[in-house]
Formats: sequence, structure tokens, C-alpha cells
Amino acid sequence: MSQVPDSLRYTQTHEWLRQEADGSITVGITDHAQAQLGDLVYVELPAVGKALTAGDACAVVESVKAAADVYAPLTGTVLACNDALASAPEHVNQDPYGDGWLLRVAGALPADTLDAAAYRTLTESA
Amino acid sequence: MPADLLQKTPLHALHLAAGARMAPFAGWDMPLHYGSQLDEHHAVRAAAGVFDVSHMAQADLRGPQAERYLQRVLCGDVARIASGKALYTCLLNERAGIIDDLLVYRLGADRFRLVLNAARRDADLNWLRAQQAGFEVVLTPRDDLAMLAVQGPQARTAADALLPAAVRAGVAQLARFAAAEAGDWLVGRTGYTGEDGYEVMLPAADAPALWQALIDAGVRPAGLGARDTLRLEAGLSLYGHDMDDTITPLECGLGWTVHWEPAQRDFIGRAALAAQRAAGPGRQRAGVVLACRGVLRDGAPVLQEGRQIGHLTSGGFGPTIGRGIGLARVQAGASGACTIRIRDRELPARFVNPPFVREGAPRVDLPPLTDA
Repeated sequence: MSQVPDSLRYTQTHEWLRQEADGSITVGITDHAQAQLGDLVYVELPAVGKALTAGDACAVVESVKAAADVYAPLTGTVLACNDALASAPEHVNQDPYGDGWLLRVAGALPADTLDAAAYRTLTESA
Repeated sequence: MPADLLQKTPLHALHLAAGARMAPFAGWDMPLHYGSQLDEHHAVRAAAGVFDVSHMAQADLRGPQAERYLQRVLCGDVARIASGKALYTCLLNERAGIIDDLLVYRLGADRFRLVLNAARRDADLNWLRAQQAGFEVVLTPRDDLAMLAVQGPQARTAADALLPAAVRAGVAQLARFAAAEAGDWLVGRTGYTGEDGYEVMLPAADAPALWQALIDAGVRPAGLGARDTLRLEAGLSLYGHDMDDTITPLECGLGWTVHWEPAQRDFIGRAALAAQRAAGPGRQRAGVVLACRGVLRDGAPVLQEGRQIGHLTSGGFGPTIGRGIGLARVQAGASGACTIRIRDRELPARFVNPPFVREGAPRVDLPPLTDA
């Protein structure tokens, strides 16, 4: 079974969100998503300062066989990207909620995200 | 196709028990990986892995005119191989398009084994039967057989001890592209990974025990995902991607599988191929390696000075060389630097001569890594 931490919020498209102490939002892909993709070999992240619109593709995660878009789960501005993923994309597989984070965004946590229980239901029915 | 309509190899239950992620391939339910495609790839380059390739079609051809018949239908000449040797070549149509690429093992003066791509099984058998008129030959599909590919620098050592005694004697000092036969077992020193190893054809009922014994001996089970990255790094073509029945061997890097001598050997497709050779093929195969981080994909346009000169027929990522790599079909003579369009970005790349990797070691010079 894939890990779904209770402390995070989730999207229908398998991103997770975490509100940090400074109010910014950290975004990544879920354990379920990384397991579906398989071993990642490349992660393409947006430039710092880029304006994101909720629902638009904002990053790409690529496994050996497939590329998948990561959709911005909120509208806001990119504050930071996880540059370590350029040389170590496997962090997303090994630690999707920790070292495998993708980006940090200045913006408001959307109301329409899922809690852990709802996301678990989504992945179990899939 | 619903999973319950897919064909299953004799090892299907073992794949499921090992936690394989299964995927449909050419009508078969096959293991894609057993947890990590990259780890499986590296295991084959560094040690040994075993692949279930029982989906591949095997057929025996025998009869007093078997050699003459194969000299007619294959662009490579089986008269060049002695008993116990294998030949990689192509089955061509009259336009010299590739119906399939295949391995043919000579098992005797008038006896051969053909190993065909799973997706081409019916097309091949129909074609082969249609060419049989006038030749005294019998073609027999061997659906009773399974096939395991044991590949990697330690593959032969691991496998030798596990083979039946009768075939074990035959594999001692087996040369590359040679094979040993004992009963319904046929062990060829062949493969599709760029590493040493065997392809073991054996009765379906014997396959689970050999599979399990190999794994107990430390050989890592590997899926079709790793098989694809290994063959791509080795610069080996994949039917349906790098070639099909509209592409000739001269256009996809398989000119070496054509035997032009003796000149009087009139194989199917020869006239069309000779005309193309005389005119000079307008397009050719090339390897490409990225000069930035990223992954290449099938179908991606290849450009030089802003103009498209071809496309990728196989694109991917080479885990051993750590770069995006691909096989391309491009205008004849293309060389040097190029760009490859992936999702509306043009990534810097270079043309190189495959293989990218052989026997664990990179065989191409990697361009310096730049920011795309």
C-alpha cells in the first residue's frame, strides 16, 4: 500500500501540498504516483519566479518509459525548486514526501484539495 | 485487450508471485519490472539477469530443401553457417521492406530453428507458408517451447551448472552465436542486451524449474522494461519501432544482415534492395545522444539548423551512460550536432555511431552536459 500522510493535502491528479510555517506551499507527487510511474530518470521544474495557474502543467516527471505532467495545485509564484533532483531524480521514488519535493509556491492553499482520507479512497478505487 | 484474453507464458504465475508489474505486450501478459527497472538494467550490466521471453515465436523448418528455401526467403545466406551456429537476418517482402528480423539456428544439414518477434508471428508464418510452393520443406510452430534469456557477465557461469547434463556438455566453450542442442533444449550464446549470455529454448514444462533455479543462484529477474533500455544502449533494433515492412535494411542500419554474395542467390527483395543500393538510400539510421539532461521519446523530430531531417524511431534513457539516447532515421549523411524536439523544446544532441554500450562499458564519446 502506498503512503498517504495525514498531515498533507492532495489533488485528484496525485500531487500533494504542505503549508509551511512561513505560509508558503510545498508541492510534490504522491507515493502512489511515483509507484505508478516507476523509476524516474528526469525531472523538469519551472524557473523560480514563474507565475503558476492552478490546473496548468508546471513540471514534468519522466520515468524510463513515460513522461507525466505535474499540474499546479494552486495559483501563485514559484519561490524555490528542488534543484537536487536534476542529478538525483530517484529522490522522488525513494522519499516522495521528503527529499523528493518538487517546488515551493507563494500562494493560498486551495479549498478544493482532498484530505488524506479522501485521497486514500481515490487511489484505492483506481 | 482485457487482461484475461492475453496469452500467458509458463512463468506467468511465478511473475505474479514475485510482485511483477504486468503489462500487455504483443497479445501477451508480460512482466514490465519486478520493482525497479533501473536496478534490473544495472544487474544485467554488472552481474546477471533472467528474462522470460517465451512470448517470442519459435518454429522449426526441416526438409531436403530447407537450406535452399531459406536462401530464397532470407536476405542473409544460411549456407554461410555451419550446424550449431546462429544467424541474425531479415525476412523481406518484394519491395525489400522488413517483414521481420529474426534469428535462425542451423541444427543440421536440413534442419533449422527460427525465432520470431511475438507481434509478427502470424504475419511471418503466413508469409513463410506462401513461399513454400516448389520447396520440399515442413514448417512447424513450436508453441510447446518456452524461452529464457540469461544475460550479463556472470550469466553463463550461473546458468551452466543448472542446465541438464546432456546440454551442459554442449555449452562448454560455446562460441558467440553458437548453440548447443539436446533433445528439446537449445541453448544459444545469443541475446538482446549487449552483454554475454544465453538464450535458452526449452520445453514449457521445464521452464519454471530453470527460472527458479537461476533466481536461487542469484540471477535477478528482469522485465521487458529493462530489456528495452538494455537493447537500446546496445544499439539493437526493435521491430515496429526502428523498422517495419515499409523500411529496408539499408534504411535502418541492418545492411550488414544482407549477404550480397553469391550474386546469383535470388532472395526475395533482392532486386529492390540492389536498386536502392545503386541509387544510394535517401535515409539512414543514426544514434543520437543528448548534450543536456532529459529523456528522448519515439517519434521526436530531429533537426539541423532549424530544419527537420528525420525523427527518432526509439527514444529513451540509457541508465548505464546516464544520458537520453535514441535511434533515429534521418537524411543520409547526417552527422555532427543536431537538436531534438521534445515537448516544444529543442534539446541539443549529437549524432553517434551505436552501440552506446557494450559489455558494461560506454562505447560513445558523450558530449559535455549543457543547460538546455
